[in-house]
Amino acid sequence: MSWIDICAVTDIAERGARIVKTELGCVALFRTGPEEVFAASNSCPHKGGPLSEGIVHGRKVTCPLHNWVFSLETGEAQGADEGRIATYPVRIEAGRVLLDAEAVAAARSAA
Amino acid sequence: MTQKLVVIGAGMASGRMLEHLFEADPQAYEVTLFNAEPRGNYNRIMLSPVLSGEKSYAEIVTHDADWYARHGVTCRFGESVVRIDRDRKVVVGQNGEVPYDRLVIGTGSAPFIIPVPGRELDGVITYRDLDDTEAMIEAAGTPGAKAVVIGGGLLGLEAAAGLRLRGMEVTVLHLMGHLMERQLDESAGYLLKSDLERRGITVRTRASTKAILGEGRVEAVLLDDGTVLEADLVVMAVGIRPETRLANDAHLEVNRGIAVDAQLRSSDPSIFALGECVEFNGTLFGLVAPLYDQARVLAKTLTGEADAFTVRELSTKLKVTGCDLFSAGDFAEGEGREDIVFRDPARGVYKRLVIEGDRLVGAVMYGDTADSNWFFGLIKEATPVEEMRETLIFGPAFQGGAAVDPMAAVAALPADAEICGCNGVCKGQIVAAIEAGATSLAEIKATTKASASCGTCTGLVEQVMSVTLGDGFKIPAAQNICGCTDLSHEDVRRLIKARALKSQPAVWQELGWKTPNGCHTCRPAINFYLLADWPLDYQDDPQSRFVNERNHANIQKDGTYSVMPRMWGGMTDAAELRAIADAADKYGAAVKVTGGQRIDLLGIRKEDLPAIWNDLNQAGMVSGHAYSKGLRTVKTCVGSDWCRFGTQDSTGLGIKLEKKLWGSWTPHKVKLAVSGCPRNCAEATCKDVGIICVDSGYQVGVGGAAGMDLKETERLVDVKSEEEAIEWTTAFIQLYRENAKYLDRPYKWVAKVGLDWVRQTLSDPAERTALNERFEISQSVYRKDPWADHARPEKAASFRLVADLTQEAAE
Repeated sequence: MSWIDICAVTDIAERGARIVKTELGCVALFRTGPEEVFAASNSCPHKGGPLSEGIVHGRKVTCPLHNWVFSLETGEAQGADEGRIATYPVRIEAGRVLLDAEAVAAARSAA
Repeated sequence: MTQKLVVIGAGMASGRMLEHLFEADPQAYEVTLFNAEPRGNYNRIMLSPVLSGEKSYAEIVTHDADWYARHGVTCRFGESVVRIDRDRKVVVGQNGEVPYDRLVIGTGSAPFIIPVPGRELDGVITYRDLDDTEAMIEAAGTPGAKAVVIGGGLLGLEAAAGLRLRGMEVTVLHLMGHLMERQLDESAGYLLKSDLERRGITVRTRASTKAILGEGRVEAVLLDDGTVLEADLVVMAVGIRPETRLANDAHLEVNRGIAVDAQLRSSDPSIFALGECVEFNGTLFGLVAPLYDQARVLAKTLTGEADAFTVRELSTKLKVTGCDLFSAGDFAEGEGREDIVFRDPARGVYKRLVIEGDRLVGAVMYGDTADSNWFFGLIKEATPVEEMRETLIFGPAFQGGAAVDPMAAVAALPADAEICGCNGVCKGQIVAAIEAGATSLAEIKATTKASASCGTCTGLVEQVMSVTLGDGFKIPAAQNICGCTDLSHEDVRRLIKARALKSQPAVWQELGWKTPNGCHTCRPAINFYLLADWPLDYQDDPQSRFVNERNHANIQKDGTYSVMPRMWGGMTDAAELRAIADAADKYGAAVKVTGGQRIDLLGIRKEDLPAIWNDLNQAGMVSGHAYSKGLRTVKTCVGSDWCRFGTQDSTGLGIKLEKKLWGSWTPHKVKLAVSGCPRNCAEATCKDVGIICVDSGYQVGVGGAAGMDLKETERLVDVKSEEEAIEWTTAFIQLYRENAKYLDRPYKWVAKVGLDWVRQTLSDPAERTALNERFEISQSVYRKDPWADHARPEKAASFRLVADLTQEAAE
């Protein structure tokens, strides 16, 4: 793994999200708790809604366009909807959010 | 042959290790113990009771001079170790060298000092050892002295409670949204904050310290938001980091802490480390239980016995008398995890269990921690809990029998069991009321008052009715807001007012929410109810708002936004149109004239929003709120100014109404129109409020719709003057704000409560005045341009990418 320092945890509002531009598209960083951040694709598989603009609740996010709900841990759509979003390894160290660059790159070569 | 053992640091871990060592083999080592503090081992976690005055220092000493003498320990207290010379195997102290065969480093941790100006002033201390504790006790001796504690974690709160007990005025500053966020979720954090406030401690969350002020000695603390808090003492308790300087200088392997294996051995086979200074498998240690485990393992390692240290589940309790809280394991929500939440608002009790598969993995409790050890046992032992899942949260006393049927449990309740705590109604009274002929919940409420106050026992009352009436009573399906609660919108609105609930965690706790922090359905509704009912107390939560309201623009299908400046009453001028044209050019917008008499700029990228707002602000324009559950536009015709049929100045009235109402949040969007004559060019008769000007004055109609439903307005009142028209309109909108269900347009709300009730309420001049006054109080907060606010550099930053990895990859 190759961890890249992205931002301070506090740059993301609690229960909010920010986005990182990568070669394969935008990756959203969701802050689900004071010390908890998840990384996932920013794009809803339904109609491409920007998930970083959704309401974050528990470890889930609701797409702002048509209310699809995704688990940020598995990427799976919840309830009756079917689909999933890519998730990426992310961790917090000393108040900084680190994203795994290799995973983002790997996903790109696989894509 | 006796070997030489040198121990650096006389903390709780090394003290316990020496006990085990002497027990196992008193003759194995000749021990030298260094300690920078001028004293030996004492129970550091009992410093809080010393601070609060509940214990004395003598009571917390674990090893006295006699004990060291008995075991032949050479004590070098008050002496710092300068360095470790690994080649010669000697420890260099300030007063000379000591050779070792084996060396144990137990240097503990150092408090983290936040790098703000003024941190070096006298009176700014940490909370780590007896000297700190004594400094605090001394500061508390001055009558009326004020303390500011920075950090609302375990240590900070214990310091705050101790200082308060000693009579100081104490304020706790915490950076995060709730106290002890590592150990507690928001609901438990809310209860803890309430408890501390009852003790007279002021708690400020989301408080970021900017500087500590004073000349030589601390005088005040300055926060980021500009608040200045007077302080005679500042205690920093924001966290600790392993003290690894000696190990670093000796070139031992150090990550965040000194790296050790399961035998507590460092990268040098003769050197061991334990306690808060070590890192094992990526984990650091701050609580006492694992330190004692390490002490046991290290004593065995040193005497040649096999043992291995493993990381165990930990639990936390707060040592503040009267604050019962407990947390253990992992209590974050997650895939495949289920929460069991129990709340007893009357007793201030909150319990939450987190279950994964058939195992309990986490627990948070507040107010009643009697069963915490039993739950902790279930977590540590990974006991299957499937069998007792239904009754698990009630604790061990309820286990062991067959699965409990809630109806059977209600049926088994004795007649004197209390059902409604607010009104003291027991089961027998409800049964008697049913036997006397009551068959509905409303009748039970009317005859017994059960569930007529806070309403949280409604479900229980219905169960009693169902058990008593049998098939004659069907428990009505509750029109609950969402899966997070059984309460209806109406119940929640009523309870927020009746019980003065002023924050989202207060609502979740006091009204028994079943999820930790709501969902996308209830959060926007609760956020609106709170800001509508407590405009001055409650702070709007952007994270509980739909994207359009959070970003103050309408999201489009491709993820771009539309931007629509306000045109008061539909009037504009050449300068505004030029500015709009310039903005359209600059940001590549498509331009659309809307049905609400204004101009929409479509296709704006999110990162450009603050800039285009700033440009439009410069030209004197503000947000048109085309995205809000709030006042949208006031559509007008040209009226008596220009039109040969116009009876009144409809444009002027529209502008006055828009200037009064703009910025206000409502349960759903609100659209107005004013037509200058009954020809109705402004289409006022299908608006939420539509005014038709006539020769004799103004006809105010309400409850129109022209969306999914098409509906003509109904006449609320005819008035003679503009002032009255504005007063009635405002009163109507405030009544709607205070009473309607979130996402009900006025026509739906009026249909529910009846136009007669609305008209009757508003006919009382005193009531109209009061509604107008409450509306103005709310507008003192919300009649502001959100664009100007969000175009400020500090807010604008959040509209941009947080990082761009494509540029790095290109290099």
